[in-house]
This record gives sequence, C-alpha cells and structure tokens, in this order.
Amino acid sequence: MAELDTSGGGHKKKGPGVKKGKKLSTRVDLTPMVDLGFLLITFFIFTTTMSQPTAMKLILPDDKVNPEDQNKAKESGVLTILMGADNHIYYYEGQLKVDASGNNFKSASYNGENSIRDVIMKKKADVRSRATDPTNPEKDLVIVIKPSEECTYQNVIDILDEMAINVVKKYALVDIGKDEATLVSISDKSAQPPTSN
Amino acid sequence: MGRAKLPRKSTVIDMTAMCDVAFLLLSFFILTTKFKPAEAIAVTTPSSVAAKVAPTKDFVLVTITKDGKVFLTIDDEQKRELVANSLNASRNLGINVPAFKKAGFIGSSFAGMNSFLALPEEARVGDKLPGIPCKDSANNELTVWMQVLNEAYAGGKMDLLLKGDNVAKYPAFKSVMQAFKKNEIQKFLMITNPENAPAGSDLWKKSMSGEKQEN
Repeated sequence: MAELDTSGGGHKKKGPGVKKGKKLSTRVDLTPMVDLGFLLITFFIFTTTMSQPTAMKLILPDDKVNPEDQNKAKESGVLTILMGADNHIYYYEGQLKVDASGNNFKSASYNGENSIRDVIMKKKADVRSRATDPTNPEKDLVIVIKPSEECTYQNVIDILDEMAINVVKKYALVDIGKDEATLVSISDKSAQPPTSN
Repeated sequence: MGRAKLPRKSTVIDMTAMCDVAFLLLSFFILTTKFKPAEAIAVTTPSSVAAKVAPTKDFVLVTITKDGKVFLTIDDEQKRELVANSLNASRNLGINVPAFKKAGFIGSSFAGMNSFLALPEEARVGDKLPGIPCKDSANNELTVWMQVLNEAYAGGKMDLLLKGDNVAKYPAFKSVMQAFKKNEIQKFLMITNPENAPAGSDLWKKSMSGEKQEN
C-alpha cells in the first residue's frame, strides 16, 4: 500500500520507565482513505443531475379570431384524433360518419402495433400523394386533437409529441363535441383491455 | 538439505496514484453537482422529444398534481411582492406580504391564503394542500393570478411553465388553459423529460440531415 514514512527524526524524549527508545514502524496504510474517496464519489455521481428537464412549447389559438378568417380545412386532409379513458385512442378522417352504411371511427394505440404514429404517417403520405401544390405538399394536412374528459395529461402530451415527431405543421387542440364524447365513452366501455402506455 | 528457495518478489502495490485519481474524480463531481430543491409537490412529468431546455430562473410555474390540484410558483421575489401588494389593493385580501415572499409556492384559494401562509414550511406538503381552485369555470382563481402576474410582468417577458403529472386528468389541464386564454396568454412551455426522436420518424430524419431543430 502507499506508505507515509514518518519515522524520521527518531525519539529524543525518554519517558519514565522506558529503558530504550524503540523505533516504531510508522507505515500508514492508505486503503481506507481510498475507500472513503470512492464512497464519496459514488454519492456525488448519484446526486448529480446531468440531464436538465426540457420544455415543450405550446401555442394556443386566439379565441377571438373571426370564424371566417380561419383557414377552411379541406375535408380530405383532416385527421381527427380522440383520446378516451384508460389510454384508449380513436381517430377518423374527414367528417365523422356513423350510420348504417358503416363508420369511419377507428381505434389505435399509443405504442406497438397499429400505433397512432403509423396512422399519422400514412395520412401524411396520403396527403402528399394528392398534393396540388409542389412547393408545399402538406398544405392540406390538418390534425384535430380532441381529448375527452377522462384522458390523462400524459395522453395529451404524447399526442402533441407525435405532432413534433412527425413534423405536422398544422394541428389544433379543441374541445370534444357531445356526440363524439358519447361515442368515445361507449367505445371505451366496450373495448378490450388496452395495452399499457 | 533445504528446499530450493523461490525468489520472492514484493507484492506491495503503491496506491498513491489511485488515491490521486479518486480525489480528482471526487473534486469534479463536487463542483458539478447541483442539488435539486426538495419538492413539496411530487410530480412525474411525461417525456417528449422537445429539445429546448426549461428556464431555471425568473419563471412562473403552474404545477398540476395527479389529483388535478393546481399550484403556482413565482421564482422572482420582487414579483412576488408586487403580486401580493396588488392583490391586497384590488381585492382587499390582507395577505401577509413577507410570508408570501418567503413561500416557495402557493397552493390555496384566496380565502384560505393566510392560513396557508401560517403553516410551517414542512407542513406544506402537496397531498394535504387544497390547491388553487380552478375546476369551476365561474370561479377560476387562476385567471386572477394570471391577470395580476401579467400586470407585474408588464413590459417584460414572462416565462410561463406548466408542469403536469402523467396521470392528471384532462379537465384540470383544460381549466389551466382557460385561465391562460382569458388573459390572452398564447404561449407557454410544458416541462417534460428529454427523449430522443424515435428512429425512422420524420423528426429523426430531419435531425440526421443536420437541419436545426426549431422548437
């Protein structure tokens, strides 16, 4: 081990009863000091915050804007995403059609197979293929996000995150309508147990 | 005849170098450690791909806990004083201004403010506090707080942060957004944990091609 040699100088004093000044070995073992050093390092490693929490920007639309000024979204480019309880998520394209001929109200999941990200990417590719303006092929893509009363904050943030991940430029966070809310709650109750988020 | 004696080599290793390295590492970590202030309100934030770092000074933070309770933190002490005085003047609440200045966060209605401030710091734990009432749209006190804050920050830029818990339900978030909209606050930042853009997505392709991430 490392040594600290402090035996230099010798003993000058002779205590009573000591006949001969004995030269004692004063080699200090530094192993415990190294142990303490590493213990302190481990403590500080665990308490250092290396990653700062990041912030996601959200811009709310101005409520006072005249309805006529709002961009009229083309029905073919609109994708509406509805979030229900228990991490259930549903979507439909264009206007909601629930009638005898069939409905376009479908369900998806946050992660895993048939994820909402796949749905968004497919819709984006769809809009791009039907684009009329080559300089801005995603002009018609608008995603409307309607969270229900039962969904969680994490659901909303995840969907807003998907907007960033898929680089969707036009999206809106709006209140859910009464019919849609009933439809969502009915689907929630009858849905199979969801996969975890 | 004695056995052939093997030449013995010393097995003592000099540990001085190891000791030096250990203390160098230790000094590094001591200097770079920033202790997080113990939060009275425990909130688990969701993760997102947002890259912008949350501001750490002179911000206004609205916290939504998992039960949907809302708390307000104003970082700058002078702004706290301005807010308290302005509330006392306009609503005649009689808030104890020095105690308000010292309080880490605000978690009660206007009526219960003085009893909240009278509690010692350790007793102000998130679970037991009522939070700022904002569920009822007719009595959304957060709107008043935002209005007072807008006046306090008039002329300057207010960094408005929102920290919500993963399992907080949407109505609490909606009432907070209503409070912001009523005061014409359009932009705010939501605190999240960082995560990388998922491989293969458009955002990931953008970052690979070196485009600057705007967010």
